[in-house]
Amino acid sequence: MSVLFDILGSVGMWEAVLRIATPLILGTLGVLLCERVGVLNLGIEGIMAFGAMIGWLTVYSGGDLWTGMLAAALGGAAFGFLHALLTVPLGLSQHVTGLGITLFASSFAYYVFRLSVPTASSPPTIDPFQPLSVPVLSDIPFLGPVLFNQTAPTYLALAFVVLIAWGLYRTPLGLAVRMAGENPHALDAQGIDPIWLRIGTIMAGSALMGMGGAFLTLSAFNSFFPTMIQGRGWICVALVVFASWRPGRALLGALLFALFDAFQLRLQTVVDGVPYQLFLMMPYVLSIVALIIMARRARVPQALMQPYRRGER
Amino acid sequence: MRFERREHPSRALTLLAPLGAILGALVVAGVLIAIAGANPFRAYALILNGTFGSRLGISETLTRTTPLILTGLAAAVAFRARLWNIGGEGQFYLGAIAVAALGMIPAIAAMPAPIAIALCCIAGAVAGMVLLLVPLGLRLRFGVDEVVTTLLLNFVALLFVSLMIEGAMKDPLAFGWPQSVPVPDNTLLATLIPRTRLHAGLLIAVAMAVVVWFVQARSVFGMRARAAGLNPRAAAFSGVPLGRTLIGVACLSGGLAGLAGAIEVMGVKGYVTTDLSPNYGYSGIVIAMLANLNPLGVIVAALFTAVMFVGADSMSRALSIPSYIADVTVALSLLTMLVAIFLAQYRIRR
Repeated sequence: MSVLFDILGSVGMWEAVLRIATPLILGTLGVLLCERVGVLNLGIEGIMAFGAMIGWLTVYSGGDLWTGMLAAALGGAAFGFLHALLTVPLGLSQHVTGLGITLFASSFAYYVFRLSVPTASSPPTIDPFQPLSVPVLSDIPFLGPVLFNQTAPTYLALAFVVLIAWGLYRTPLGLAVRMAGENPHALDAQGIDPIWLRIGTIMAGSALMGMGGAFLTLSAFNSFFPTMIQGRGWICVALVVFASWRPGRALLGALLFALFDAFQLRLQTVVDGVPYQLFLMMPYVLSIVALIIMARRARVPQALMQPYRRGER
Repeated sequence: MRFERREHPSRALTLLAPLGAILGALVVAGVLIAIAGANPFRAYALILNGTFGSRLGISETLTRTTPLILTGLAAAVAFRARLWNIGGEGQFYLGAIAVAALGMIPAIAAMPAPIAIALCCIAGAVAGMVLLLVPLGLRLRFGVDEVVTTLLLNFVALLFVSLMIEGAMKDPLAFGWPQSVPVPDNTLLATLIPRTRLHAGLLIAVAMAVVVWFVQARSVFGMRARAAGLNPRAAAFSGVPLGRTLIGVACLSGGLAGLAGAIEVMGVKGYVTTDLSPNYGYSGIVIAMLANLNPLGVIVAALFTAVMFVGADSMSRALSIPSYIADVTVALSLLTMLVAIFLAQYRIRR
């Protein structure tokens, strides 16, 4: 038991929570935006892979770290545009299109990566984001290093939570986005075209997914390798259900998830005799459990996965 | 500009859709090859030469086609009933490890080959079924969307296989490599062409495609599964038992993906590793869509996919183009196929 308390009491573990949560926060917000406007985006897994690759490649070929982040956001938005084009005006199956985007974006990312770095046995590295201590606040014992000694993209992700929660519930644009996901006909009657609103919102959400991927290569690690996303995108899709499509709860879900992940990572090193694969399974099993708990309680956007065609009901 | 549904989509258009889709994907991939500094026509010529140009090429391509037919069928039967089984990859691995586990029982090695092989096929199929019945049960009981759960279970299944081949089922003679104990010789499938890897699994896969086609086109179960997919409420209203039909579909779909894993072990490798499948499960989804969910079309779509993968291996060595171009082309063909089906069903009006 004392081992458990040692882990829970260590600053290192709590510091890791926000770091592990950041890509999940960005990805979950991205999925949340897409689904709030009425479109499932299973492209996330591939968009994160592409964001991770293009962000890394930008910095590797001499770009600034923030330029890398921007490249990832733009790349994500581009794939989001493709997804939106197929699912919104054409109304194609959102499930299959999303999976197609994931397969395309990830294999395209690996292709570009191999083309740019043809022969490297160990993946080349870059200088990632360094922790940014907030003056005064980071000196608070325990809370200081845990909350105020993170890298800049983590603070940015937290700012996005506030921005999106405010935007969705306190601005006319947010109202329109929510209406597009609940009752696009009513929105159209108000003179706002749901088609363009959906396309724009999906692009914004996908940009966040791309940044979530880039966080992995520009802050959490310092190199890119294929299959590094490891289902994080799918976990974000599950977290949105867990969050009942609300930004604040999405943050809570991502943090709880990261807390558990940080805990099991440290538990792995101190517990003997338990195969490491069992620990690695836990995030996926936990996501499924979260889905079971919330599936019936969550308030699903009413028009989710229903293509909108003017004059058709 | 708006889209208007065609009253009677012409048969010719529906049949041409996959060809148009593949052509579209090849054009875009060709641009990517050109950007990488190689001649796309030369690249495609090399792909064809690497697959159909020699006995080895043909046999390797057909060996690759075998599991793809089965995972393609697995996705096709599920999608037709709107059961989103994206877990083919996990079911494939669970089917494979089930065969390896069965092979460790001494009694199996003492059996006549046909019985041992049949038992292994059943074990693989059952393992795949079980892995799909879990998410289906969660959907029916708790209303959990099966897309995400089947996706997440892929990772769990692969970790489970890793756990087994590094632990209880580890081959002590493999110089420390994580791989399972080899299956006994009497479970290995016969070779179709001497001195190649092509095995009898191809015949099983093609036979399964015909069986699935027959079940879907001619049986009550097939009709019910299709009705459940087209309009679940109308189907339930007209007396289709939705839950039971979906369970049947899940058994068929998961079973086919599990069988793919079983046959890959018995036909090609003889043991299980965690790189047994280069995304056979995910490719199955593309194949099912390219085939427009038609079981016989799956055979052709699987062959196309296998040609891309096997051909790209030799082409990439010759032109130093990353072999990921095969994955890109196959993924693109899924997207272009979706658009092609749409264009076959709708007409564009100004």
